[in-house]
Amino acid sequence: MRILTATASALAVAAVSATAAAARDQIQIAGSSTVLPYAQIVTEAFGENFDFPSPVVQGGGSSVGLKNFCEGTGDNTIDVANASRKIRDKEIQACADNGVTEIMEVRIGYDGIVFASDINGPSFAFTPEDWYKALAANVYVDGAAVANPNKSWKDVNPALADQTILALIPGTKHGTREVFEEKVILAGCEASGDFEKFKADAGGDKKAAEKSCMAIRTDGVSVDIDGDYTETLAKLNNDKDAIGVFGLAFYENNTDKLTVATMSDVTPTVASIASGEYPVSRPLYFYVKKQHIGIIPGLKEYAEFFVSDAMAGNGGPLSNYGLVPDPELAKTQKAVADEETMGSNS
Amino acid sequence: MSDSTLGLPPGSGVPPTSKPVRPSLIEPDPKIRRRHAKERRFRTFGMIAVGIGVLALVVLVGSVLKQGLPAFSQTFIDVPVYLDPAKLDPDGNRDPEEMKKVLTFGYSPLIAAGLQADLVKRGLDKEGVTAKEVAALVSKGAAAQLRDYVLAHPKKLGETIEFRFLANGRVDGYLKGRVTMESAALDSNISPQQLQLVDKLRAAGLVQKKFNWRFITGPDASDNRPEAAGMGVAIIGSLYMMMVVLVLALPIGVAASIYLEEFAKQNRWTDLIEVNISNLAAVPSIVFGILGLAIFINWAGLPQSAPLVGGLVLTLMTLPTIIISTRAALKAVPPSLRDAALGLGASKTQAVFHHVLPLAMPGILTGTIIGLAQALGETAPLMLIGMVAFVRDFPEAPPAGLLDPASALPVQVYNWTQRSDPAFVERASGAIIVLLVFLVLMNTLAIILRRRFERRW
Repeated sequence: MRILTATASALAVAAVSATAAAARDQIQIAGSSTVLPYAQIVTEAFGENFDFPSPVVQGGGSSVGLKNFCEGTGDNTIDVANASRKIRDKEIQACADNGVTEIMEVRIGYDGIVFASDINGPSFAFTPEDWYKALAANVYVDGAAVANPNKSWKDVNPALADQTILALIPGTKHGTREVFEEKVILAGCEASGDFEKFKADAGGDKKAAEKSCMAIRTDGVSVDIDGDYTETLAKLNNDKDAIGVFGLAFYENNTDKLTVATMSDVTPTVASIASGEYPVSRPLYFYVKKQHIGIIPGLKEYAEFFVSDAMAGNGGPLSNYGLVPDPELAKTQKAVADEETMGSNS
Repeated sequence: MSDSTLGLPPGSGVPPTSKPVRPSLIEPDPKIRRRHAKERRFRTFGMIAVGIGVLALVVLVGSVLKQGLPAFSQTFIDVPVYLDPAKLDPDGNRDPEEMKKVLTFGYSPLIAAGLQADLVKRGLDKEGVTAKEVAALVSKGAAAQLRDYVLAHPKKLGETIEFRFLANGRVDGYLKGRVTMESAALDSNISPQQLQLVDKLRAAGLVQKKFNWRFITGPDASDNRPEAAGMGVAIIGSLYMMMVVLVLALPIGVAASIYLEEFAKQNRWTDLIEVNISNLAAVPSIVFGILGLAIFINWAGLPQSAPLVGGLVLTLMTLPTIIISTRAALKAVPPSLRDAALGLGASKTQAVFHHVLPLAMPGILTGTIIGLAQALGETAPLMLIGMVAFVRDFPEAPPAGLLDPASALPVQVYNWTQRSDPAFVERASGAIIVLLVFLVLMNTLAIILRRRFERRW
């Protein structure tokens, strides 16, 4: 008993003194689950090639990462937030309120969003309009907005296969959902001419029209996936009629199970996304707390290594995994080297 | 409840006017038959229930074993690599500090060239497989292995050395039957031609499957090289957390129980505490995670992802279990023992520590081990304190290492199920097997302790 008590108190004392003495020496990263695999690849290579300890990477989603990022400065706040979208003004404000005033924004490349179905099913050639007509809550039929009546892809577009519509789309907590709504559903709404009709019905209110366009039907035809792509793939295996929304990188790793659909006659590849031909893509970012550079060892080196040609460039490990390299990578590299913060260059 | 019918006055079911029917001892009457049928029915139900339980267990363990056992073996590929001094040590000083400037990217071409040269030397026809595809048969982690070796042995530059590298995850999948020629034809990461080359290499004895220690001792790896992923950091993290739990929960739990059971007066306050302890045992574990985040990380400023914080949270979770089982064990010691000790002049403390506690120890230890086993498998509270992280570096030895970032076994399982590369599925199941082995060992220990040392009065 006495030994146990002694050990317990020794442990407690040691722990407390260790906290007081040693500052954190490894980089802490959190955020987007889309950026997570890329960050893991960089982290792994960083730990192997440099004398700094390997950074610790957590997922959680873009919003969670940025929220933690903006909690303040100091040892128990994270140094880097990964995001699959740009930081919002509200978040910059929250950061500033907590003393995080110097934020470096680093764009690492682009990510394609692809539509894929079971490998043995028919292949599809979609346009955003097809997706809008398939998934919108309300569509215009004969001049009046009605609840979406379409049941088969053939109803949407006679050129498509006669297959029941079942879409597995990312849940609202994902950054991917936002891109999907804006670049597919809203674009389709505008292309079909329904946008103007919604606008006219709402008395010319553009915001309201956009909202009506992006309302997704809730009659079970569209299923929100709150987990990650592995969950989408599992659901797709159970229901061969389903069409899932995936990241390009995930698809590239599972080409033996999935067949990818074209969008506006463009097949999603690293090349077609880099050239901007494939319409549904988005930039990926990470945000660095400049105030931690010089305090957390290796932070700047990590950021520079991430965007170096050897990692994020063409043919590097990140593009092999599915990241679409940024054509303006050199500019990003210079910005990181100069430690440019947001706002300083605008 | 139907027992109450037995309490009716005797003979009340028989009309008094007629001659009483003599029940036969040989022929069961309808009532007896109904009772027997009822009993048989109940036994069948019981057997079905047990059967469902066993079936569920067999299916679960069976599927985990089927998916997970391949994770313990891994495909290796032997490659002779010429350590080119011109590339690896441009300054020619053989100084490891200077040679560090050559990153792993500089080492990959040497491995590719080594494999190419070996194919030519052995006369293996690569039939339309490009040089890049040949290089892709080796794990992307091989360059780091080579670099570590060269930096540790700078004198070896200029020699050709035989290395055993991990093979790419897809090649490994082919040897394990996960990847087939048909799936490779559709797979953008491997082609059937590459697999044919693998067959040739295998026939030449260059590619083979071996037991994979690295899966148990190595750190996690990124999606680029699932073949290198291991759960060493997770095992160490879990071990550290269990140490913290044991060192904190056992003394605190035992002290609290002894006080409550042996010293405290029975009043409203102790009743209140007792009710609260029982309640705490039923609180969902995620609540402890939220508490841990608020108190240990946000208020006390302890670092995220640290086994110490994980251990503290799990301690809170395990305490009620330990207190309840300890109190039960103390209660089971007959009061006559205490009375005898007190009667012989021992103080209350002496009676407890010399007589009651030793006799209650097996029960206490059993409860503690079961509490630890429960804590070992806990994931939810760890998610909130940053243990669900990608951690590559091993934590240092305790006590300083308790503050280094680490992962935990159940968290590692969760992490691997989220990865996009199919090779992680088998690794997740493999990690489940290791976790189950630990749990079975701990529970066996608990049973042995109980059987060996428990005394019944």
